[in-house]
Amino acid sequence: MALSTHRTTTALLRHLTPAVSYLRHISTDSTSTITVETSVPFTGHKIEPPSRSVDTTAQELMSFFRDMALMRRMEIAADSLYKAKLIRGFCHLYDGQEAVAVGMEAAITRKDCIITAYRDHCIFLGRGGTLLESFSELMGRKDGCSKGKGGSMHFYKKEGGFYGGHGIVGAQIPLGCGLAFAQKYKNDENVTFTLYGDGAANQGQLFEALNMAALWDLPAILVCENNHYGMGTAEWRAAKSPAYYKRGDYVPGLKVDGMDALAVKQACRFAKEHALKNGPIILEMDTYRYHGHSMSDPGSTYRTRDEISGVRQERDPIERVRKLLLAYDIANEKELKDIEKEARKQVDEAIAKAKESPLPEPSELFTNVYVKGYGVESFGADRKEIRAALP
Amino acid sequence: MAAIVQGIGATAAPSASSNKFLLSSLGSSLLEKKRNFFVVRSDGKCYTGLNQQQRRAQNVVTNAVATKEEKASAAVGSKPGHELLLFEALREGLEEEMDRDPCVCVMGEDVGHYGGSYKVTKGLAEKYGDLRVLDTPIAENSFTGMGIGAAMTGLRPIVEGMNMGFLLLAFNQISNNCGMLHYTSGGQFKIPIVIRGPGGVGRQLGAEHSQRLESYFQSIPGIQMVACSTAYNAKGLMKAAIRSDNPVILFEHVLLYNLKERIPDEEYVLNLEEAEMVRPGEHVTILTYSRMRYHVMQAAKTLVNKGYDPEVIDIRSLKPFDLYTIGNSVKKTHRVLIVEECMRTGGIGASLTAAINENFHDHLDAPIVCLSSQDVPTPYAGTLEEWTLVQPAQIVAAVEQLCL
Repeated sequence: MALSTHRTTTALLRHLTPAVSYLRHISTDSTSTITVETSVPFTGHKIEPPSRSVDTTAQELMSFFRDMALMRRMEIAADSLYKAKLIRGFCHLYDGQEAVAVGMEAAITRKDCIITAYRDHCIFLGRGGTLLESFSELMGRKDGCSKGKGGSMHFYKKEGGFYGGHGIVGAQIPLGCGLAFAQKYKNDENVTFTLYGDGAANQGQLFEALNMAALWDLPAILVCENNHYGMGTAEWRAAKSPAYYKRGDYVPGLKVDGMDALAVKQACRFAKEHALKNGPIILEMDTYRYHGHSMSDPGSTYRTRDEISGVRQERDPIERVRKLLLAYDIANEKELKDIEKEARKQVDEAIAKAKESPLPEPSELFTNVYVKGYGVESFGADRKEIRAALP
Repeated sequence: MAAIVQGIGATAAPSASSNKFLLSSLGSSLLEKKRNFFVVRSDGKCYTGLNQQQRRAQNVVTNAVATKEEKASAAVGSKPGHELLLFEALREGLEEEMDRDPCVCVMGEDVGHYGGSYKVTKGLAEKYGDLRVLDTPIAENSFTGMGIGAAMTGLRPIVEGMNMGFLLLAFNQISNNCGMLHYTSGGQFKIPIVIRGPGGVGRQLGAEHSQRLESYFQSIPGIQMVACSTAYNAKGLMKAAIRSDNPVILFEHVLLYNLKERIPDEEYVLNLEEAEMVRPGEHVTILTYSRMRYHVMQAAKTLVNKGYDPEVIDIRSLKPFDLYTIGNSVKKTHRVLIVEECMRTGGIGASLTAAINENFHDHLDAPIVCLSSQDVPTPYAGTLEEWTLVQPAQIVAAVEQLCL
């Protein structure tokens, strides 16, 4: 059914909303290409930026909306859980930055590797992690992705190609280069996305790793998620040159609007092609986080509430996709609200289930310290008294 | 005396060069190892001690296939073996493992074209290519991190620190990522990396190049540390470390690279967690590792002439300590002397003292004596440098004091 006749039918059958929704659903699953222009063009450093026109499908846009709504809900729920003292320690929330996670996933496969720092909940979800694993891990339960022993900053999913989850700022960058090195060693045509923040962009490890990646043409894509604040320090106070995509010098860079999932997708696809042929590339995602650096940071001492609400009004990634869906008539307000309700329901269910999950056994304290094949210490001096059961 | 030696068993070792004692291994299966001690003393008295070690079923790779008897005699095995220097033994072990498993790769400064600053990787780059023997820029933090990242995907990298002291720059990667990733990922990722390099006090290398990092790394959970001291155990430990699925730090010593020794032709892998009995004895247990083993053996000669019978154990495994072998020795001799090259404060000796006190307090007749290096940066001047380290004369004096 052509779109124009569809619209006139809608106007006539407005009172028959259920029937209209049924008709609407047929077009939501369509895979015909829609071309959208990103709101902001890409800026390149030593490279020709990709075109502003991004091809997408209705299906893809719906999945963007669904995934981002789920991620947003998860982070907000984590916020309440933290305040209820069910999540302890450090909890770094990703709401506002969801577009980077979903856009990246849309451009790559599960065989490509992603490694990031501690703001990892949503990327874990994108890589195939479940809500149950996520909430259980946050609450330190056995069903968590790291069996409750990692915590908020240590989410990993080996089958999904997600390598974590790292607490020390910048330490994941050389690890990411190692992943890329292994991919080059095995010649398997995959790439590694190494994510870091604008705070980590001033670490020496980044430049050391960039040097090595460029020297050996490793398929590494370094993605700077620039949310403009390194904890409490604004980027202009920490970096002499806040143009992080240019900092690679001899490594080409691309500046991307990180609040636009389609722009992120385009950039990541472009970067993957580039990395497989020419070696490393830097992507700077211009994004924003609504929460503070972590749950212990209110987020308003170093920036104004007006700034936060301004970004939320004008650049929110979910709103952007919502507008697209409405404009292209892929879904109506009610359906999108239903999706958000569904997301809320899924999150609530997952939290309820996670709360029932038991805490790890005391013997788990000693498991996974070493891989199997090692047994002296835990058996004590006489090799008879068993101090811990090893896996 | 000759009659006793001949009557021992079918699989006895070739005639021991020493007429003091003989050690024979009766069939080494993968699961069980029995050792017969026949101690024949110069006054004609002889007695046996049976030492049975029950080992739980382990991975093939970490089992000892052969044991080291006594430093001068040939290894257990009928072939004469071949003579080589310690760094060549390391290279042999490395090369055999690289042939065996294509996932094994080496990375470090000047390991490729230059052949390694101590020639351990000489010739390997020509054989395996630049990607498998990778020359890195001088960026310890990141190439160690790179090795760890590669290990997460299944490669088995060997990271060489040109001098162990430089690995302080990579401490974050070694401690947080290497040691902890297996745990914090709930067992999803294993890090089969080997980090090796020369450490210890050399000949007037200066303070920054004479560091003993084993004391700094020993608290890191999740890693294993071993120190090699002879060509035989260097090759065996290198192979075991590469085959191990845990991150292993292999400590070599700058001054031991040119030690010549005859090692077996056949393939052997040593047990990473086992200590080595260098010289069985009765009066005192001397625990040592790396270069200090040679100072101890030198002191042992003097001690034997003076009538003492020290039992010398090269602990080899710095983390975890082989408390089983050490414990058996303590129960026999009741006196312990630890001789190490680490600093007095917080060194391996300090931890070992605590561990032995905790586990074997009832068996000790005297407080444990720990001889370590002085708590000073290593001076450049030759005489001062000598005084920071434990010398054989001090060891002799300590044993005499201990055995009063």
